[in-house]
Amino acid sequence: MSLTRWALKKSPWVYHVALSPCNNCDIEILDLLTPRFDVERFGIKLVGSPRHADALLVSGSVNRHVLPRFIELYKQTAKPCVVFGIGSCALSMTMFRDSYNTVGPLDKVVKEIDPNAIIAYVPGCPPKPEAMILGVVKALQTL
Amino acid sequence: MKKTIVPLGPFHPLLEEAEYFKLIVEGEKVVDIDMRVGYMHRGIEELSTQKTWDQSTFVVERICGICSTSHPMAYVLAVEDLCGCEVPDRAKYIRSIICELERIHSHLLWVGLAGHFIGYDTVFMWGWKYREPVLDICEKLTGNRNHYAMMKPGGVRRDLNNDDFAWVHKEMDKVIKSTEMLVGAVLDDPVLHARTKGIGVLSKKDAIGYGTLGPTVRASGIPDDIRTDDPYNAYDRVDWKVITWEGGDVFAKAAVRLLEIIESAKIVKQCMDDMPDGPIDANIKNMPPGEGIGHAEAPRGEVFHYVRGDGGNSAVRHKVRAPSFMNIPSFKATCVGHTISDVALITAAVDPCYCCTERMAVVERATDKLVMSGRELEECSRKATENLKKEYGSPTKVEKTVQKILSDF
Ligand code: SF4
Repeated sequence: MSLTRWALKKSPWVYHVALSPCNNCDIEILDLLTPRFDVERFGIKLVGSPRHADALLVSGSVNRHVLPRFIELYKQTAKPCVVFGIGSCALSMTMFRDSYNTVGPLDKVVKEIDPNAIIAYVPGCPPKPEAMILGVVKALQTL
Repeated sequence: MKKTIVPLGPFHPLLEEAEYFKLIVEGEKVVDIDMRVGYMHRGIEELSTQKTWDQSTFVVERICGICSTSHPMAYVLAVEDLCGCEVPDRAKYIRSIICELERIHSHLLWVGLAGHFIGYDTVFMWGWKYREPVLDICEKLTGNRNHYAMMKPGGVRRDLNNDDFAWVHKEMDKVIKSTEMLVGAVLDDPVLHARTKGIGVLSKKDAIGYGTLGPTVRASGIPDDIRTDDPYNAYDRVDWKVITWEGGDVFAKAAVRLLEIIESAKIVKQCMDDMPDGPIDANIKNMPPGEGIGHAEAPRGEVFHYVRGDGGNSAVRHKVRAPSFMNIPSFKATCVGHTISDVALITAAVDPCYCCTERMAVVERATDKLVMSGRELEECSRKATENLKKEYGSPTKVEKTVQKILSDF
C-alpha cells in the first residue's frame, strides 16, 4: 500500500458535489453532520474546497451544464481521492436515463477524466445516512 | 466607487445545490445581483410525457427532494381534475397528514440552514436534531424518510395503520414542544434580532408585484395560502389558521415558518383523530382527453401543475411551476443595498429550491454547451409577443385576428 493511500484511510475530509440531483441525497449528506449521526466524531468532515478533500460525495445524474464544472472540480481535488456516488441517480441514473439533458452515469464520466479513479457507490433513493456511513467505512477498508 | 463582481458558486460551501450568483459590489455593498441557473435541469416535463400517468407521480416526486409530496400532490390533483374523479375521504385525510409532515420537516430544515448561513451553528444543529423525529414518523407511516411515494391519481398508494396513531400523537407532542422551545430561543435571541431584523425587507407592494408565494408573501402580511383559498384534501375540515407576520424582513420569514410548524402539527393531530374508514383509492379506469390543473401549497408556496392528455396512456404535455420560480426574482428587491454577508442570508430566506425551478434549458448537442437558459428563453418569448403585437398593431386587432382564425376552423 502506498503511503498516500494509507493516509487516506484516517479522518477522510469530504467535499459535497451536487450534479443535478433532486436535492434529497444532498440533504441526507448534510444530515450526516447533525447530532443524530454526527460523523465528525469519526473525523469525517465536510470541507469548503475540493483542494482540501480526500473524498468527493457526488449525488445526481450528471447533466450537460454541470459536467464541465465537475471536470474542473475533479482536477482540482488532491489525488488520490475516492469518489462516492451517493444515491441511485449517480449509480444508474434511474428514471433520468431517458432524459435529453443527462450525460451520466457518474462512473462513465469519472473514468473518462481519470481512468484510475477510485469509485464507490451507495445505492438508495435516497440512501439512509447510516448506509452512507457504512459505504464510506467499507470503501476505506478496501483501500 | 469601482464596481467589482463577486462570483458565488456554482459549487460553494454555502450552497447545497449548484447555482451561480454574480454579485456586483461597491466596496462591501451589493449594488446588483444576477444569477445563472440550469445546473439542476433534468428535463422532468419531457420525461413525464414518456411515462404513463401512474409512473409520472414518481418522476414528479423527484423534481425536488424536499417538496417530494407537494409536487405529486399537485400532479394528482391535476390528473383528477382532468378525469373528474372524486377522491375517497380517507385518502384525503392521509394526503393531508403526509403533506403537513413534509411542511414540518422542510421548515425545520430551513430554520437550521438559516442559522448556518449567519454562522450560528447551534441553531443549525437544533433545527436538524428536531427534524429527525419527524423523519422517523414519515418512515414509520410511509416506509421512507423522504420520497414517500404515497400519492396516486385517485387516492393514495398505501393505507396508514390506525394503530400507529397513538405513537405518532406522542411524537407530534414532542415536536410541538421542541418547536416551541425553538421559537422562544430563536425569536428572543438578541444576536439573531441584530442579524435578521430590517434585513432584506420585501414590502407589501413588492411582494404582490413580484407575485411571491408561500411564507415569503405571508411574512409581508398577506394571508395568501392555497390551503384556504382553494381548499383541497381535508384542510377545510380541520381547525387551523394561516400565519402572517408584518415586516417582510428575514426575521418575519423565520417567524412565519416557525409558527407554521405548530399549525401543521395541529393539522396532523386532528387528521389522525378524525380519520374516517373506507377505501383509499378511486380506481381510475380510463383517462379522457382534455386538460387538468392542480395546485397545492408546498412548504415554499404554491406549486402548480398542468397536464394535457389525448385519451392515451400518458400526458402529451405536462407543465410545472414551482414556487421558487416566483420567489427568486424578488432578490432584486431585497438584496440590493445590503452587504455581502447579508445577501447570503437574504437569498436563503425565501428558501429557494433550484431543483424545483430549473424547468427549461436549451442545450446544443454537438458541443454539450448550454446555449439558452430559462431566462433567455423567457426573453425570447417576450420578444415574440412584442413582435406579434407590432405585426398586428393594437390589441383589439390581435383579438380580431384570433377571432378570425377561430371562425375559420
Ligand atoms: S437517488 Fe433519489 S434521492 Fe438521490 S438524487 Fe437521485 S432521485 Fe434524488
